[in-house]
Amino acid sequence: MDFNYLTLIIFLPVAGAIVISLVPGLSSKLIRYIASLFTFIPLAISIFLFIAFDRSTSVAGTIQFEELSPWISAINANYHLGVDGLSLPLVLLTTLIGFLVVLISWKINTRVREYFAWLLLLETSILGVFCSLDLLLFFIFWEIEVIPMYFLISIWGAGRKEYSAIKYVVYTLFGSALMLAGILSLYFTTGSLSIIDMTHSGSAMVQSLMPAAPIFFMLLAGFAIKLPVFPLHTWLPDAHTDAPTAGSVVLAGTLIKMGGYGMIRVCVGIFPQVAQDYAQLLLALAVINIVYGAAVTLRQTDLKRLIAYSSISHMGFVLLGIFALGELSMVGAGLQMFSHGIVTGLLFAVTGLVMHNTGERNIGKLGGLAKQIPFIAVIFTIGGLASMGVPGTSGFIAEVTVFIGAFSSNIVDGVNVYTIISMLGILLAAAYILWLLRGVFFNHPLEKFNGTADADRLEKTYCAIFVAAILVIGMYPMILTDVIRTGITPIANLLGG
Amino acid sequence: MNLEPILPELTLAITTIVVILLDLFIQKKVWLTVISLAGIAVATGFAVTLWGENPQTIFNNLLVIDNFAVFFKILLLVIVALVLLASRDYVSKLRRFQGEYHALVLLAAIGMMLMAAGTDLISIFVSLELSAIAFYALVGFLKDDRSTEASLKFILLGGIASAVLLFGMALTFGFTGKTQLAEIAQVIQQMSPEVLLASSGLILGLVLMIAGFGFKIAAAPFQMWVPDVYEGAPTPVTLYLSVGSKIAGFAVILRVFFSAFGSPESLSQDWGLVFAVLSAIGMTLGNIIAIHQANIKRMLAYSSIAHSGYIMIGLAAVGLTPIGDFTGQSFILFYVIAFALADLAAFIAVIVISNKLNSDLIKDYAGIGKRAPVLAAVLTLSLISLIGLPPTAGFLAKFYIFTGAAGSGLLWLVIVAVINSVISVYYYLRVVKVMWLGEPMFEGKIPSSNATKFSLAICCSGILLLGIVPVVIMQIVETAASSLSF
Repeated sequence: MDFNYLTLIIFLPVAGAIVISLVPGLSSKLIRYIASLFTFIPLAISIFLFIAFDRSTSVAGTIQFEELSPWISAINANYHLGVDGLSLPLVLLTTLIGFLVVLISWKINTRVREYFAWLLLLETSILGVFCSLDLLLFFIFWEIEVIPMYFLISIWGAGRKEYSAIKYVVYTLFGSALMLAGILSLYFTTGSLSIIDMTHSGSAMVQSLMPAAPIFFMLLAGFAIKLPVFPLHTWLPDAHTDAPTAGSVVLAGTLIKMGGYGMIRVCVGIFPQVAQDYAQLLLALAVINIVYGAAVTLRQTDLKRLIAYSSISHMGFVLLGIFALGELSMVGAGLQMFSHGIVTGLLFAVTGLVMHNTGERNIGKLGGLAKQIPFIAVIFTIGGLASMGVPGTSGFIAEVTVFIGAFSSNIVDGVNVYTIISMLGILLAAAYILWLLRGVFFNHPLEKFNGTADADRLEKTYCAIFVAAILVIGMYPMILTDVIRTGITPIANLLGG
Repeated sequence: MNLEPILPELTLAITTIVVILLDLFIQKKVWLTVISLAGIAVATGFAVTLWGENPQTIFNNLLVIDNFAVFFKILLLVIVALVLLASRDYVSKLRRFQGEYHALVLLAAIGMMLMAAGTDLISIFVSLELSAIAFYALVGFLKDDRSTEASLKFILLGGIASAVLLFGMALTFGFTGKTQLAEIAQVIQQMSPEVLLASSGLILGLVLMIAGFGFKIAAAPFQMWVPDVYEGAPTPVTLYLSVGSKIAGFAVILRVFFSAFGSPESLSQDWGLVFAVLSAIGMTLGNIIAIHQANIKRMLAYSSIAHSGYIMIGLAAVGLTPIGDFTGQSFILFYVIAFALADLAAFIAVIVISNKLNSDLIKDYAGIGKRAPVLAAVLTLSLISLIGLPPTAGFLAKFYIFTGAAGSGLLWLVIVAVINSVISVYYYLRVVKVMWLGEPMFEGKIPSSNATKFSLAICCSGILLLGIVPVVIMQIVETAASSLSF
């Protein structure tokens, strides 16, 4: 493991961004090819790492592909990278989506150079978050993401884009401000910034932290805003709706997963005891997320906004899985994050196609498009079925794992009550997805949409990749659960479950 | 007499005289800048040779040459050089008095460099006045209504501040019978803490000195002059005031309070808390008022008040930390460099842009991203560093300062500061938004001279370098900080 794979994965996209922004005279076409090259190589490397990853239970919890070198010795901060079973699938997801969004953005024609530069910088920062094992490094990558997203929404977005962009920035920075205070407090009570040390030194050290609960909540605030958790979710519908298609795909596909990842890695990993003490509160929030999120989704008439709201409900399942605190439930949460990434990524991508090709985003004004654009209709239907958790898709297996895991978890009292209420979310999901599909594709065909273009070859390609991923995980979930379990087991052991 | 330790200042003084005399004879005024820069380069060379030497005092212990002083001298020399480079585009518009402009800038620099080296209340006051008087003249240099008004305000308020400072120094002298910092410290340490804290004369002296120095560094509530003066002064002078004068002020405060009043702890905790409160007021006031500013120079003025607040968090932490730990001081020095780089880049970009637009209003900046993408990118980078987002110097600087404060039990202040940073995002990003999203209201490119391009390149690479590999600077800063004696 001498070769610095992770550094390469993280910094290749930003290298591409530098090439794109500094080399003069590149044509738009060349810029697109450069961007796809600089996102494809990280994807290839992360697939390689995924295959090379040691899945045996004997090494569960060990960090693999680790890189460690001193960085700022004055405060004991290191350049410390590494992946375990928890982060590796998310790295794979990020590089996959990172490559696909370049394809999705192929038709962007305004300010191409800046656009791809920001997109690539965004990918670097998200990858950095998933790979960092040092809290300062983690925080730096966490913060870098804000600026590219701000520009992507406010320049290439639609609707109230400037309002949504600044709302996103203010929410995120408010959360990360609290997170920074939490990190500093953690640093002063333990003298360390290493996530791994803090997790491994076990409950003894964490018990010794006198104000563990406030620190836990300061850190949680940052993650909760990102996930998002009710009532901190209001930035999400605006940002998702007004972002350009690729921006929504990255946001829903990978960015909000940083919140769930942080919760498991930092909040539960470092403060298992506090997490257990306050699990009831967070489970209650999870149920609200699921049911309230789904209920609000039902009332949406805007195609893109509907998908955005459905994310809130789906992220509630992640929260439920995490704070049920059982091993299986947390594996389910990890799986749900991956699954939601590809399913909602696909839904936003095809929503973008529908909106682009028809010029209409109001569900009431669309109808019967299945006749006019059959390919898009089929893909959208598959994505929708996966989103409502139909067996055979990744959505099913993820949600079922969360439910079984949460129901059988014996760490938190009364968790089965929360779980049963949460199942309402599936019912509501079926309602809004089927209503959406009927309204957009399976009503009476409207004449004005005759001659609407179906997906072209490039669009078919990326849709097919998404669908393949959804089905592979749906049919053979072991491919992921094996990996995720090796990352979750040590954290679950901290809880004695 | 051994003049070697003050060769940097002497070189600048000679350069000043040469510039004034040459101004009478030569027609191509660009040579004035060249000669000034050459003088600065030689002075920097002398200053660098002094780095790393053992501390030595000169002129009957009026000045000390230690790493701390040398550090600030080099930093100030670099700043002066960048200011003069940035002034090129600006002073070419001033038909007359170019020689005086350069001479005054250099004189102010001499004053500030001596401030960093002063170990005696008298030498500190004299050098502070030397730089202040040069600044009064510089602020009024445009000779139009606004510039003159700004200058008059600055003189009146600056005069009051000097009087207050002097009164504070006089009280301290009356109480201790000494003017040398080291001797003051001896007298104070010999007294029992109870007697010390009960002596209202000394405490009043300290408070008045904080007020006097607070004026210099634009600390709230002594910041009234800042917006008007910053707006009215020629922009390079604003830049000089905002960076140079503030840095010299912090150098003096660090030395005076740490060397003379750093011990016993009961006393240092007292002034530490005063700085903590001033810092909270300064940050909040600066950031909230900055939101409403339509003029970018006024906005940067309030932002600079807020940044003084952030640096004072470091001072508070120094006061509350037990003696012998120099990390707090080195964090302040790091912040000072990071702030200087970002503020320099921002102001230089503003100089170039307003040269073309003849306006300092933020709304007129619309569409600069289309007309001059590089310039807009530079301004964006510097604003991001002022916000304190990674991977810029501003982020690590804030992180260090907050770390120091959290370690001294000032978590409440850190939370105030962190919330303030979020508030500040709003007005900094507003400029960014206008630049990149607005439609351009003017035609053609924005011309900038090679001098400004060069200085912008230095600042930007500095911002990124300090943000990504701070180790290089950290070592220098630690050496400088640890030479501060008490």
